[in-house]
Amino acid sequence: MSNESFFYQALVYLATMVVFVPLARKLNLGSVLGYLIGGIIIGPALFGFIGHGGQDLMHFAEFGVVMMLFLIGLELEPSLLWKLRAPILGLGGLQVTVTAILISGLAMLFGLPLNESLILGMILSLSSTAIVLQIMTEKGQMGSAAGQSTFSVLLFQDIAVIPMLAIFPLLAPAGLSSAQVEDHSLIAHEPAWVKTLIVLGAVSALVAAGRFVVKPLLHIVARTGLRELFTASALLLVVAIAVLMTLVGLSPALGAFLGGVVLANSEYRHELESDIEPFKGLLLGLFFIGVGASIDFKLVLEQPLLILGLVLGIMAAKFAVLLGLGRLFKLSGEQNLLFAFALPQVGEFAFVLFSFSLQSHLLPQHIVSLMIAVVAISMALTPLLLLAHEKWVQPYFGCTAKPPEREPDKIEEKNPVIIAGFDHFGTIVGRFLRASGVRTTVLDLDSDRVDLLRRMGLKVYYGDASRMDMLKSAGAEQAKIIVIAMGTPEKNLEVVDAVKKHFPHLQMLVRATGLTDVFDLMNAGVLHIYRETLDTSLRVASDAMEMLGHRAYQSQRAARMFRRYDERSMKSLSAYRDDKQYVNVMKERIEELQKLIQADAYTNMLIRDAGWDRENAEERN
Amino acid sequence: MAKILILFAHPAFERSRVHASLLRAARSLQDVTIHDLYQQYPDFDVIPRQEQPLLEQHDIIIFQHPFYWYSGPALLKQWMDLVLEHGWAYGKEGLALKGKYLGNVISTGGHESAYGPDGHHGYPLREFMLPFEQTARLCHMQYLPPFVVHGAPDLTQQQLNDYTDAYVRLIKGLQSGSYDLPQAQRTYYLNALVSPAEPKPSQG
Repeated sequence: MSNESFFYQALVYLATMVVFVPLARKLNLGSVLGYLIGGIIIGPALFGFIGHGGQDLMHFAEFGVVMMLFLIGLELEPSLLWKLRAPILGLGGLQVTVTAILISGLAMLFGLPLNESLILGMILSLSSTAIVLQIMTEKGQMGSAAGQSTFSVLLFQDIAVIPMLAIFPLLAPAGLSSAQVEDHSLIAHEPAWVKTLIVLGAVSALVAAGRFVVKPLLHIVARTGLRELFTASALLLVVAIAVLMTLVGLSPALGAFLGGVVLANSEYRHELESDIEPFKGLLLGLFFIGVGASIDFKLVLEQPLLILGLVLGIMAAKFAVLLGLGRLFKLSGEQNLLFAFALPQVGEFAFVLFSFSLQSHLLPQHIVSLMIAVVAISMALTPLLLLAHEKWVQPYFGCTAKPPEREPDKIEEKNPVIIAGFDHFGTIVGRFLRASGVRTTVLDLDSDRVDLLRRMGLKVYYGDASRMDMLKSAGAEQAKIIVIAMGTPEKNLEVVDAVKKHFPHLQMLVRATGLTDVFDLMNAGVLHIYRETLDTSLRVASDAMEMLGHRAYQSQRAARMFRRYDERSMKSLSAYRDDKQYVNVMKERIEELQKLIQADAYTNMLIRDAGWDRENAEERN
Repeated sequence: MAKILILFAHPAFERSRVHASLLRAARSLQDVTIHDLYQQYPDFDVIPRQEQPLLEQHDIIIFQHPFYWYSGPALLKQWMDLVLEHGWAYGKEGLALKGKYLGNVISTGGHESAYGPDGHHGYPLREFMLPFEQTARLCHMQYLPPFVVHGAPDLTQQQLNDYTDAYVRLIKGLQSGSYDLPQAQRTYYLNALVSPAEPKPSQG
């Protein structure tokens, strides 16, 4: 590809994204629909900017799906995955089996031979991970029961692709040997048991590498402090997993998912998330554009009724199966409908499987091109279907469906408190909150310390809290409070600015060192500022008084009063922002403080609690 | 219209059912100031200069609290020790509170029957209120009989709702001046004003 055409293509795709996605979101249609519409418009059907590149583009952009599954894996700790085993195997397994049988049966009714019907049934039983998860995440539905069930089914489908690829050659019509089936993997010609061993070996190697190679490697990379190097490592990781999986004939998406799960417990989880996220977004966007562009409108216009009938028929059949299974798995009426509305389309894996079937001569050309149009249209209809569900179906359940699901997410751990910075200061905050049963997410920039603390069993993540995406993946959208306790005043201010800009709902509790940064923080509008030495110094002072024979209660009470006074005068001081003026005022204040301490303020604090005065007591007697 | 200040003292409010209900109802009323002492002074450093103007601005002062060891929770006592200063609240020149009314709104674990010569607690409840009564008198205030929720742990939701409604009626009545206060002072419990059938004055 020449440079010129590369830039031209990039221009077309990026412009499409930038124009159509905000437009679609403005119209409340969601980003996926924006991409799809953009794809249709720039595709051969309308303007033809990208010719018939849609298909090629999709092969490239499918890598977005791999990244998405890696990210999903990252958010899923193994223990949670284990908890979901029943819905994944039960609900997912039944969905694929029942739908495949039903659609195969229908295909046979239309007079297709048994083997073609079975292949069609299996391919069409799959749904679109990319579209559905993107939409449901955008609408914040992933934490709901329907979201969990949807996710389980999609995960099973991703796994099911592998046995499907293995079964397909067996369904080849007589006279075609399976040798004609194209297989890219290196182990294609090994006997079955060797294949199985190699696959198992590859998976265990992946898990072991995640544990023992990737973590130390990321640690070294993090210590270099070069941000782009970390991004490169994250990408390398995902690409390497995809290549390894392809070599042994497994689905790269599944491998990436596993890789994600292995790293879900690691301290680099949030950092990896925020590094991969934009790439995933871009690639998925391209993928959706590709889907839109690949709808063959010429074919559709030739046989509009047939295609319409096929789309509606397939979606209705899948919808019915989903509804039935949802009931079987005890989803409530409203959640069950959402579940059924989410998954009736055919998924992106269908494109892969159809082209595979075509190359292997399992399906005739005319069925494949017809089906590709059907699949693309069913995918394009999904956002509309979910939109319709939201507009017209969900309102009927008004009272049970509290619109934004406030229950804690089942998948992710989102805590009410984020602690940014975990040196000796943040550690105490974190330990106390932990001991009091308040859940915290901790971010720290010192990779050695993160390592150490994690070995001690604390959940600390490596990452820069002044970055918006980092805060986001630490759960800033759901959190209520952020404790900003970075090592330097400059860094604290950076975090304050990021929080103010992107998460204004968060209450900030900020650590301050000296007077100047107290004032900087005040000027930045921070309400809760904590000088790191104030309380400790006062404790030293009041302890000293006790040692000199003052009564403990009065000494400590005086210290607390002093702190209140001091904080008040801080506030009045901060009104003077100009430096020169500040020096004068400071001088004045020091003198004033001196005066106050010497004169009545001091004695006042200690003795003049009038209620405990002598004359008070006398009158009472 | 009489201005009411509720000084609320409860060290474990998060575990309270009765006071949660009463206070929630009081919060919904207009022109009632609620001052949550344990929230304001978790370190017991009551600041008289902050409290005294508040008292001066109100006509009826209510101590709302659970009945602990025949008295109020410790912070209420600390508040009294520090805020009711000589020369301000009492003494020849201490006339700041003169003419105001003071009363308690309390909850007790024991039932009304436990308060009497034959009961668990040996004395009628009003006798335990003497320190408050005399405090009012020393500060030139009129003491109102207590509004009492007896048997707090055993209340049914319905009973609690009834008490809460009665409390709301009481506050509104006091605000609008619909009671003859000198006469109200002669009731045994202030509950009699709002639910005349229920707690009858015993021989106290």
